[in-house]
Amino acid sequence: MKLSGSEIIIESLKKEGVDYIFGYPGGAVLHIYDALFAAKDIKHVLVRHEQGATHAADGYARACNKPGVVLVTSGPGITNCVTGIATAHMDSIPMIVISGQVSRQYVGSDAFQEADATGITRPICKHNFLINDRESIADTFRKAFIIATTGRPGPVIIDIPKDLTDPNVKIDFEYKKNIKIRSYKIKTNEDENKIEEAAKILCSAKKPMIYSGGGVILSKASKELIKLTKLLNYPITNTLMGLGAYPSSDDQFLGMLGMHGTYEANMAMHDCDVLLAVGARFDDRVTGDTKQFCPKAKIIHIDIDPSSISKIIEVDHSLIGDTKKILRKLTSFSSKYKKNINRTAIEKWWKKIKSWQRKNCLSYKKSKEVIKPQSVIETLHTLSKGKSFVTSDVGQHQMWVAQYYKFDKPNRWINSGGLGTMGFGLPAAIGAQLAYPKEQVICVTGEASILMCIQELSTCLQYGLPIKIINLNNRYMGMVRQWQEFFYEGRYAMSYMDAIPNFAKLAESFGHIGMVIDKPENLENDLKTALNHKNRLVFVDVITDQTENVYPMIVSGKGHHEMHLAPSANEDIELA
Amino acid sequence: MNEDKRHIVSLLVENEFGSLSRIAGLFSARGYNIHCLSVAPTSDDSISRMTLVTYCTDAKSSQLMKQLDKLVDVINVKDLTDETHIEREMLLLKVKSTLKQRDELKRLTDIFRARIIDVTDTTYTIELTGPTEKILAFIDSLGKIKIVEQVRSGALGISRGSESLEIKK
Ligand SMILES: Cc1ncc(C[n+]2csc(CCOP(=O)(O)OP(=O)(O)O)c2C)c(N)n1
Ligand SMILES: [Mg+2]
Repeated sequence: MKLSGSEIIIESLKKEGVDYIFGYPGGAVLHIYDALFAAKDIKHVLVRHEQGATHAADGYARACNKPGVVLVTSGPGITNCVTGIATAHMDSIPMIVISGQVSRQYVGSDAFQEADATGITRPICKHNFLINDRESIADTFRKAFIIATTGRPGPVIIDIPKDLTDPNVKIDFEYKKNIKIRSYKIKTNEDENKIEEAAKILCSAKKPMIYSGGGVILSKASKELIKLTKLLNYPITNTLMGLGAYPSSDDQFLGMLGMHGTYEANMAMHDCDVLLAVGARFDDRVTGDTKQFCPKAKIIHIDIDPSSISKIIEVDHSLIGDTKKILRKLTSFSSKYKKNINRTAIEKWWKKIKSWQRKNCLSYKKSKEVIKPQSVIETLHTLSKGKSFVTSDVGQHQMWVAQYYKFDKPNRWINSGGLGTMGFGLPAAIGAQLAYPKEQVICVTGEASILMCIQELSTCLQYGLPIKIINLNNRYMGMVRQWQEFFYEGRYAMSYMDAIPNFAKLAESFGHIGMVIDKPENLENDLKTALNHKNRLVFVDVITDQTENVYPMIVSGKGHHEMHLAPSANEDIELA
Repeated sequence: MNEDKRHIVSLLVENEFGSLSRIAGLFSARGYNIHCLSVAPTSDDSISRMTLVTYCTDAKSSQLMKQLDKLVDVINVKDLTDETHIEREMLLLKVKSTLKQRDELKRLTDIFRARIIDVTDTTYTIELTGPTEKILAFIDSLGKIKIVEQVRSGALGISRGSESLEIKK
């Protein structure tokens, strides 16, 4: 079969099972768009800004664990993708970004719309390619998909000069599935003895703790994690990225840990004697002061990425490899050593944890006058029965979703944890909704964040995406305001969102339904109305308490046991 | 353990567009210095061999090894520092040589087993190979002799014995 470079690209994507491309056309990719025009099996989603394309592909990948695919033009097309690529990279999300490049004869001449795409993206992706000859297009695509989806996943950029996509030059096409990449190796150490040793350590614990992260979701190991945790009857906490991997409604779940984690999760981290870290990378928002991190614990770390081991926290026992496989083996060894578990010690440990839980650290002052942001999330949770896919932007609203929308399943919670990218929520919801057209997708955002990618409302109309946008409108960059209140004596420099648009009207002008909720007594009913619009996007502008803060909070550089609690938390609970 | 020490690292990398900048970029992005670096193709011209020297703590160097290994273009990487290995560096040195200094220069080159490879009426150009310390000692020994130009290759390293940095298939 003889194909042009453009046709080879499309055929390669088909071979990889790609069903959606998120993109935006331009000179350098017009040949590719022309080939795409003829392709039936791949649907192209036209975004309104290339950043939106990357976040949408990312949201798609996070929702369904398949790589998201982006197609953009050279120069401004690829530079607009930088934030989205970095966002995916920080959270290890598989993504393929195809960028057009000026024709080979012009590369390096500062040609129109020329930008050094591989140079710009090098530090923010797992790998990138600049294709130099037609013959290597197919192999490069196969390699890119292998690299993006295996090991610790991540974004891969393929930069392709326009002349290589010329429809008039055709070459033989063959897609080699089993291509070898000599220098790409996934280092594993799934040595049975080491896993058995880990099981012994786990079963010798008196105050055990399990801490799991996004790696569990990426390796689809949620079931295995639940099985092990249930077998041992140990407490478990999830990172922001790991929420949903273990059901929040389960009794053994202590909530999220870290900067805005629960009192019980953080205290248990501080006090535990054996810590099992699974697919988590000891991020600074999780560890707080590393010198005070889990000071008494022997740490076992399971991760696919050897460079995550002992990067931040020196660990005692590492198991490198696929989380799913290792958890399975660890569970079977643990059943063998389960008899060694000191049940009285564990019971005592649970008693202590229960006493921490009585602090009721997520309690907040209810109000009849202003809408409390926490209550919006709680109501959303009730109305959607905790089953929705929820994306968010970055700020207080993001933390409140993490705390109050009790996720019971993996892949439902979609947020930018690593890079913390405002503007992520709406386009990510587009990706999630396309991955699951029948599921309810909710984007919880803030009045500052939503404006960063608001143009994607237009994309939502074009593809009939019935996303529900819940804008927690506190007229502040709330998270910035909170830090200024705590650390800058209330000097609110530039954190007030002046000249805020009328969001409901804005949404209407984009062809959607706009709503405002500003009274606590209307919250439940109006939210219900919004969620009941099955086929329309509804933008719900919820006017919330301007002064609410996110609690608990560990100030950067402090230990887990040094939390600020909400004024409403039970101060006088006696601790065991 | 917590003190910076000299680490000499050997790498095999794909001789591909961008490989070098990936490695150099990793150093700057993660806050490591590159003290010196040398790169050249091997007998398989699709593979380059690199030697680089950096100063960091042992903990940081073990993290660095893992980060280098993680780069898709890196075929194999090894910290040679703590194993028996041989290091060589080459120095090309152009010095002012007045008539009076010529004897002294000749004597020094002999002592260090260096070679004079170019002569003009005002300069000598000297070639010397050896471990970095020897290079430094030679430069030091020149005393008042004026250096016009100094070119060093940076260290090259290879492990002793039958060990080699292999291409894992
Ligand atoms: C692109 C980007 N710029 C700046 C920041 C820093 N930042 C973090 S949270 C925040 C405020 C977000 O405000 P809003 O969207 O209203 O959310 P709220 O905190 O009020 O819920 C800012 C500016 C960021 N995370 N991302
Ligand atoms: Mg706000």
